[in-house]
Amino acid sequence: MVVITMVIHLLLLLLMPPLLLGVITKVKAGFAGRVGPPVLQPYYDLARLMRKGMVFSTTTTWVFRAGPLVTLAAVLLAGLIVPLGSFIAPIHFTGDMVLFAYLFGLARFFTTTAALDTGSSFEGMGSAREVTFACFSEPAIFLAFLVLARLSGSLSLTPMLRAPLTASLHGLPIASLVLVAAGLFVVLLAENSRIPIDDPNTHLELTMIHEVMVLDHSGPLLGVILYGAAIKLFVLSAVLLHFLVPIQTGWALTDWVLFVAEMLGLAVAIGVVESAMARLQLRHVPTLLLAAALLCGFGFLLMLR
Amino acid sequence: MISLLNALLVTVFLLNLFVLGTSRIRALIQAVALQGTVLGIMPLFTHGPWSLMTAFVVIATILVKGSLIPQILFKALRDAQIKREVEPIIGFMPSTLLGALGTAASIALAAKLPLAEGHAQTLIVPAALSTIFTGFLLLTSRIKAITQAIGYLVLENGVFIFGLLLIEAVPFLVELGVLLDLLVGIFVISIIIHHINREFASLDTRRLSALKE
Amino acid sequence: MALALILLPLLAAALAAAIRSNRLRPWVLPPVAVAHLVLTTLALLRPEGADVTRWFSLDPPGRIVLLILTLLFLACSIYSVGYLRCRSELSNRIFCVGLLLFLSATSLVVCARHLGLMWVAIEATSLTAAPLIYFNRTPRSLEATWKYLLVGSVGIALALLGSFFLAYAAVQKGVDSSLLFDDLLRNAPLLSKPWLHAAFVLLLVGYGTKMGLAPMHTWKPDAYGEAPGVVGALLAGGVTNCAFLALLRVDHICRAAGEAPYTGRLLVFMGILSMVFAAVFMVGQRDFKRMLAYSSVEHMGILVLGIGIGGGAVFGALLHMINNGLTKAVLFLSAGNIHRAFDAKTTDEVQGAMRRLPLSGTLFLLGFLAITGSPPFGPFISEFSILNGAFGAGRFLVGAMFLFLLLIIFIGMGRTVLTVVQGRPTAAARRTTYRDGWLTGLPILASFAAVLLLGVYIPGPLNGLLREAVRFLEVRP
Repeated sequence: MVVITMVIHLLLLLLMPPLLLGVITKVKAGFAGRVGPPVLQPYYDLARLMRKGMVFSTTTTWVFRAGPLVTLAAVLLAGLIVPLGSFIAPIHFTGDMVLFAYLFGLARFFTTTAALDTGSSFEGMGSAREVTFACFSEPAIFLAFLVLARLSGSLSLTPMLRAPLTASLHGLPIASLVLVAAGLFVVLLAENSRIPIDDPNTHLELTMIHEVMVLDHSGPLLGVILYGAAIKLFVLSAVLLHFLVPIQTGWALTDWVLFVAEMLGLAVAIGVVESAMARLQLRHVPTLLLAAALLCGFGFLLMLR
Repeated sequence: MISLLNALLVTVFLLNLFVLGTSRIRALIQAVALQGTVLGIMPLFTHGPWSLMTAFVVIATILVKGSLIPQILFKALRDAQIKREVEPIIGFMPSTLLGALGTAASIALAAKLPLAEGHAQTLIVPAALSTIFTGFLLLTSRIKAITQAIGYLVLENGVFIFGLLLIEAVPFLVELGVLLDLLVGIFVISIIIHHINREFASLDTRRLSALKE
Repeated sequence: MALALILLPLLAAALAAAIRSNRLRPWVLPPVAVAHLVLTTLALLRPEGADVTRWFSLDPPGRIVLLILTLLFLACSIYSVGYLRCRSELSNRIFCVGLLLFLSATSLVVCARHLGLMWVAIEATSLTAAPLIYFNRTPRSLEATWKYLLVGSVGIALALLGSFFLAYAAVQKGVDSSLLFDDLLRNAPLLSKPWLHAAFVLLLVGYGTKMGLAPMHTWKPDAYGEAPGVVGALLAGGVTNCAFLALLRVDHICRAAGEAPYTGRLLVFMGILSMVFAAVFMVGQRDFKRMLAYSSVEHMGILVLGIGIGGGAVFGALLHMINNGLTKAVLFLSAGNIHRAFDAKTTDEVQGAMRRLPLSGTLFLLGFLAITGSPPFGPFISEFSILNGAFGAGRFLVGAMFLFLLLIIFIGMGRTVLTVVQGRPTAAARRTTYRDGWLTGLPILASFAAVLLLGVYIPGPLNGLLREAVRFLEVRP
């Protein structure tokens, strides 16, 4: 039983993420009155990129080549720690929430250094922005985890993320969880470079945050980056889903189907948010992230009473 | 009942933070109107059995705080033709942080105060203290006259929240009197703001510094 | 009876709003003032305990304040008729309506025996006074009105919070938590101490802002400086006394709860602080209306000091309410006349007022002598009583500081007043053709006569009223 769960977990982790990107793009196209690319387009894009050749700038070193690969490895590992739906994660031990946060930190570090490695000013600008915004979003994540740790009494992600489920059954502090969920949603948008923090479709370098860091990558490495970004979205969505939909039926099959449906639903929600809002002015982004951190902080304060 | 009341009070906390961080005056007025409406429905959860008087006070509060006062302020805003607040003495982000710290402090302080039975689980006292602090912050650090007036409104909201603890003591007649005073006060303030705008062609209170020793 | 006192001015205000003629409208004021005086006399003559409801009644301190209010309003209403005739270029509808609403609101403060109702009334007085301050329609008066409104509103909000704290002091102990003064007095020893202390501080700060105690007095110089003299007299004699009455009642409750040492300390501290601020800012003050504002701050400090010391000083403080109100009327109204005559209010432009306006100038000088505590005027008696009470209670340091600050204030104020009053009239004196008239001169003369009378002999009924009030406030927990 456990083996089957692990296998399904792995399969979903490896295969589903690009589908999320496709769904988001489709929803945005629908809002704009277009037909848009097919939902499976990201898979075709990845396949195409894998076939292409790579061009490396003479200023780059091994960091440039290693960056995307380390990022992918880090987020995949993070994906193995996060429990999907109501199932247990393949890897779980006490304190794995810290590992989770720092894996994301590692991924971010290598992405930014790979960008700085090119020696281009645009990429440097993007790296600076990325890291600044991370300064605000990391406290939010940690505060959210603190709330869960206090609620569940454990420091491992699997029991922690189960806590909202048991809390809602026993009528315990809902207000805290709602606040933390709101904060985490903003962090989700920030980490994955979605509107209102960053526009993934912009082609103006001065307005880019994440896109500009990957300007110089090509071919398979670009494919790896794209894939890694998709997995990051998948992993963070999985974490958020525990807050948003803490439902568990008894049967494994329905739970998996429910999980996939929730994921797609969240992707649609992200698409809707992206279509409904405009991108914030760059100087207002820290305010938004601060607000997210404060929301999580509030949730934590309310837990303390 | 209590958790619903607490959930409403959490929205009040969040509105406080929003009010400290935004520079758009329209959004500010809308937030305070929303806060007033939330406060208006709270007596339904604190005042024991619902009576005709309760309903009347609830409706009156929502009408005054949620509709009449915002309308007066919107009119003043339209008259002044401004949209945004100038970067205040304490900037927007530091104000928000300060407000958050103030909220944390008020939650801690309220835990130390001697409260009656049944009042200790509610968030009423922390919400009251935090809203009063937010009102003070707005009143003292903002530059445009209209945002100072909005700060006064938030201050009054905070005092109102504390009044929710006093079901029997403060008869409805007095609550209505307080509301009426608030309404007339805002009315008079808006008239003065109108005159300020006409006289100084701006609502910047830094211009109101002719009277000195 | 109490309701009549409140409703009569309201009806008159409606009448004044309806009258179209700018010339005729001010004439509504004196009859209303006379009628109010008659009603007040009737109310004071009735034995206590007659027509008392739980919400409206005249307690002994309230009777004194009502007396001052009605006399002050009478003087000011007659003065207003003459004043508004000089200012016929401005529409006086808001002014007249505001004055009448102000009378109604202050009457409500005096009669209210419920903490919340009293709060509503004080807020009403503050709101009705705002358009009066702005009567001159200049940018400076606008600025003064804005500061008055904002600082006053914050103070009032704090006073409301303090009232709520007081009510909660009862709720927390499970005592019957009504805000009627009689109930609060009865339950006082049972109230929760931390909440009572916090409530007192907030009420002191809140109502102190309305009174103009330091350090919440920042609005006073601007408001009194820019408002017309009449409005200044009403604010200095009316609003401050109403706020002081509120403070008196709250202190009464606290003392009934046995917190006399605590409240006494705070009150003495605030009193001395106000006098210090007044002394510092009065020295070298060039604007004589602002100087009067600081004088008001000083006297509020004296009132609060008297109550804080307790014992024999309480009689002095209550007597001082009357003396201060009447003398301020003399000072503000004559200052208003001087302002009108010279069209300026600073010492570099205004000199030789005694020659330019014999009546107003002389009365201004005599008023200064009175307010700084010279015999044979009224304030001398009341300040002497307070001093007596201080030394009698063994508070020698407080008494010494009191004397020292009075001296500094005398010197500071004297410089300004003597510069204004003495010497040859400056060039500014020829700017206007204003002369002292009956309507603008008689009220000042009458008020001054009253001040002089009180300095020489306190009439029996008044003495009885004061003694009764002292007896009422003296509570043994």
